[in-house]
Amino acid sequence: MLILGIESSCDETAAAIASSERSVRASAVLSQMDHAPYGGVVPELASRAHIRAALPVIENALDQTGARLRDLSAIAVTQGPGLVGSLLVGVNLAKGLAYGTGLPVLGVHHLEAHLFSALIDSDLEPPFVALLVSGGHTELILVHALGDYELLGATLDDAAGEAFDKVAKLLDLLPPGQLVMGGRAVSASAEHGDPTTIRFPRALSGRDTLDMSFSGLKTSVLTYVNSLRNEGGQEALTAATPDIAACFEQAVVDVLIDRTMRALKSRCIDRVALVGGVAANRRLRETLAEAAETIGARLTVPSIALCTDNAAMVAAVGAHQFAQGSGGGRVDEGYDLDASPRLSLPGLQASRPA
Amino acid sequence: MNTRTVPFQREVTSSPEQTQALGAALATHLHPGDLIALEGDLGSGKTCLIQGLCRALGVTSRVNSPTFVLINEYDGRRPGGEQLLIRHFDLYRLSGSEELEEIGVREFFHDPESLCLVEWADRVPDLLPAKYWSIEMSHLEDPADRQVCCRWVMAPSAAMATARGSEA
Repeated sequence: MLILGIESSCDETAAAIASSERSVRASAVLSQMDHAPYGGVVPELASRAHIRAALPVIENALDQTGARLRDLSAIAVTQGPGLVGSLLVGVNLAKGLAYGTGLPVLGVHHLEAHLFSALIDSDLEPPFVALLVSGGHTELILVHALGDYELLGATLDDAAGEAFDKVAKLLDLLPPGQLVMGGRAVSASAEHGDPTTIRFPRALSGRDTLDMSFSGLKTSVLTYVNSLRNEGGQEALTAATPDIAACFEQAVVDVLIDRTMRALKSRCIDRVALVGGVAANRRLRETLAEAAETIGARLTVPSIALCTDNAAMVAAVGAHQFAQGSGGGRVDEGYDLDASPRLSLPGLQASRPA
Repeated sequence: MNTRTVPFQREVTSSPEQTQALGAALATHLHPGDLIALEGDLGSGKTCLIQGLCRALGVTSRVNSPTFVLINEYDGRRPGGEQLLIRHFDLYRLSGSEELEEIGVREFFHDPESLCLVEWADRVPDLLPAKYWSIEMSHLEDPADRQVCCRWVMAPSAAMATARGSEA
C-alpha cells in the first residue's frame, strides 16, 4: 500500500508518501514566504503559491521513494478546516490526479492528521491523551481508538500559538509588518529572561474544567507593557522584554501542563502525545516531559517536522482510512469531495463522564 | 430599515462578564443582513463582546477567536426563533482589503440573510456596507476597565436616502 498525502490548508504546501499509518516513506514541504512583504497572510497569494508549489512538491515526494503515480493505492488530501482558497487547491489537485489515474480520493481532517503525527515512527497505541497546540488550535483530545475521539478541553478564546504571535507583536519582537511565527521570537527572547519575575494570570486554573483561556493573559501582558513604557520609557521596556517573554511563556506552559496532567489523572491514562506547531517550544516539551515522568506517564513528541503542518500525517490518516476500507477502492469514490473550511472532526464526541 | 435605536452610546465595563452583557444588549437590536464592525486594540474585548452577543442569539457552539482561520460560522436564532447564520471575521492577520475582496468577503458583507461580526474592521473601510453598526473598544486607565462606544453608521448616500424617505 502506498498513499500520497497532500496538505495545503494554510501556509505550507506539502506532499508525502506513506506505506502505513506508522510508516512514511517520503515527505516534502514548501513553506510560503510570499506573505512577509505584505505584513500578513494574503489568502489569494496563498492560493496562487499553493498552485505553483503543489506539483513540484508531489514530484519531489514521489522521487524520494522512486514510486510513480501508477504505483499508488489512493490519494489523501486535507479537506478542512483551513483557508478555503488554500484547501481548494489541494482538494481539486487531488481530484484531478485521481481522475487521471483512477485512484480513490480520501478526505482528511487537519486535526485528525495532527493526532496521527504521534503514531508515525512510534509504537504509541490508544488510548492516549493528545495535547494539540498550534496557531489556530489548542485542544486536549482523548484518543480512545483511531477514529474515536473525545474532546476533553479546548481554548475558550485565543489559541496558544495565536497568543504567542500577538505577544511577539506587543514586545516588538517581529520584523515590521510580520504577524506570524511569533512563537520562535518569544521563545528566543525568553531564553535570556527570568520566568519568575512577573506573575501573569493562569486563567481558569483551580476550576473544575479542562478548558483553557489565553485572551486575559495576552491583555495582562499588554497592560504590563503599556505601564512599563509609560513609567520608564522604551528603554525600560527593552530591558525587561526577555523577562516578560519568559514569564508569558511560563504562564502558557503552566496552563497547558496543568490541564494535560489533570486530564491524564482523571481518566487514568498513562500515555500522552504533544502535537501541533507549538510542540516546537522547548520549554513546553521539557516541562511536559518532567511532569509526565512524575506520574509515570509516557510522553510522545513527534519530530518538529511532523509537528508543524506537513503531509506525512495526512498520508498516515489516508493509509489508515484505506486499510479500513473507507476508500472503498472504487474508481469514482471521492470525486464529490469538497473543501470544507469549517469541517468538524469525524468521530469526535464532547466530553463523556469519566 | 434605515435608522436604528442604538442600545447604548458609551459604556464602561469592568469585567469580561459586563462586556459580554453589552454584546447581549446589542443582540436584541440586530436584524439579518446587519454587519457589526468592531475596532479596538489587542485585548480590548472584541471577541468577549461577540461571545456575549452570540450566546444571546442562541449560539451553543464555541465562539473563539478566528484570527488564524479568518472566519468562524455559527448557527444562531433570532428572537422569533428563526435560524440565523452568524459569520465571525477576524482581519488581524490581513494586509488590506484587496486580498479580502478576492476571497469573496464582499458577498458575505452584503448578504441580507446572515449576520456579520467583523473584528479589526478598520483594516477594510472600503469594503463595509453603506450602513452598519460600529463598536469601538478601548482600554482605560484601570486595567480591568473597557470603554465601549456603539454607533449606527450610514454612508452619506445612505443617510441622504434616509433623510428623503423621512420627509416623504
